[in-house]
Amino acid sequence: MQMTAIRSRPVYPGLAIAALARRHIFALEGEGAGALLDIAGDLTPEVLRRSQILYVARGSLGVGHHGALQTLGAAFWAAPTVQPLLGRLDVELSRSHMGTRLYLAGTEGFIGQAMQVAAAHGIDPASVITEHRGSLACRVQCVHCKGVTEGVTTSPYPCSHCGLNLYVRDHYSRRLAAFQGVNIDAEEPGAVPPPEELYL
Amino acid sequence: MSDDLQMRVTALHDEAAGVRRVRLEPVAGGPLPAFSGGAHVVVAMQDGTVTRRNPYSLCCDPDDRTGYEIAVARAAASRGGSAYIHERLGIGDVLTVGAPTNLFQPDWRAKKHILVAGGIGITPFVAMMAQFARAGLAFELHYAVRSRAAAAFAGVLQDRYGPRVKIYAADEGARLPLAALVGNQPLGTHLYTCGPERLMDAVLETARQAGWPDQALHSEHFMAPPPGDPFTVTLAGSGREVAVGPDQSLLEALEAAGINPRYLCRGGVCGECATKVVELRGTILHGDHFLTPEERAESRTIMICMSRFTGDRLVLDL
Repeated sequence: MQMTAIRSRPVYPGLAIAALARRHIFALEGEGAGALLDIAGDLTPEVLRRSQILYVARGSLGVGHHGALQTLGAAFWAAPTVQPLLGRLDVELSRSHMGTRLYLAGTEGFIGQAMQVAAAHGIDPASVITEHRGSLACRVQCVHCKGVTEGVTTSPYPCSHCGLNLYVRDHYSRRLAAFQGVNIDAEEPGAVPPPEELYL
Repeated sequence: MSDDLQMRVTALHDEAAGVRRVRLEPVAGGPLPAFSGGAHVVVAMQDGTVTRRNPYSLCCDPDDRTGYEIAVARAAASRGGSAYIHERLGIGDVLTVGAPTNLFQPDWRAKKHILVAGGIGITPFVAMMAQFARAGLAFELHYAVRSRAAAAFAGVLQDRYGPRVKIYAADEGARLPLAALVGNQPLGTHLYTCGPERLMDAVLETARQAGWPDQALHSEHFMAPPPGDPFTVTLAGSGREVAVGPDQSLLEALEAAGINPRYLCRGGVCGECATKVVELRGTILHGDHFLTPEERAESRTIMICMSRFTGDRLVLDL
């Protein structure tokens, strides 16, 4: 769970099975696998028969979850990286009908990107069932060069695209699924305060 | 209220048996405030010594800024508003009309819109469909009526939108195929329903049972305030007592007494007229759709547009 009270930041209440749904699509990243494994007791044969699990491990943190997820017995597909998972999710949603519910679990950056895919299919963000798991690092967009840097853990940090020193503002964009990073030493180049740990 | 408009009746037209369409144009001229499909206005009618204020959905094209149109069904047990419009309203009459308010907005992010109307519940959808069609959005109207003769706008909507409009006439034995309607819709579909309470409950419940999330379900309950036993309310500020008649709502009684509480929908939906209960010896008969069951049980708040009271003493924070 995040410790900040940024009003624009989405809340992630936790996975719970929507009992009346006709189909369940779970998109899980890294430690997000644990969010589903923790409610395995609610996964009746009926729910599993109607479920599709899409999973991507996140570096070393994800090791071991493939087997546990597969053992659940639902349709399972593992992606090598996040991008193919988002592509597969897009295809699954394009084939889906009302009555399908989407569940997302993993880091905030992953949930945000999967939410963008869902929104393109007209899914209301509030109807997506989410749980934050794993790293508290931020996905940040540089407001100057528009480059997005994943896994930002300090503020300020140097933009991985244009190199400007960016202060991470308490401003989350759902559209971009990213926080906003603003140049902190524009007036006096080099006058950068020491980096502070972000939310860790 | 300051944004009230004085509007002249410029056309009266019977859309179907017992449904009268009224066109209103501004006395002062000029373009009217814009509205979007689903919006309603509160129309004040001076009927003898009584001022009647009723909410009506706008059923004209939102692109037409020269006039507003409402359609009013003749109520079997009219409290006065529908009888006034059907029997006494004439061309040239001037009515006071509040600015449009929308409590039944389409979700513009939707991939497809399904509209389910029952009877006079068709009115907000007439305006919505004009917008959907212009924007090239996918939509369907499913319209349940007693008979084709009683189906307001059916002909004109079928002419405009062709097979996207489906009529189900009870006297022909047709019924809304609710399960089929919600069963196979593409992701991103939103559903809207307006009409009799029982029809709306059935529509929403069928969709929920088919796994639709609440965010995709929209309904508009417009109900007339229920009649009941007369009672007296005391105002905490002045100590004044106001008598509420059997056919009058608490809000109407307060207005008749020269007090002007805030309101928007006058149908127990929006929450604007929520009023704090200072003292209660008796029971509030909650008639709104706004308070939660817990809030109803607590009865620290009353929605004065729809709710009544029975008991010894009711003091409101007014």
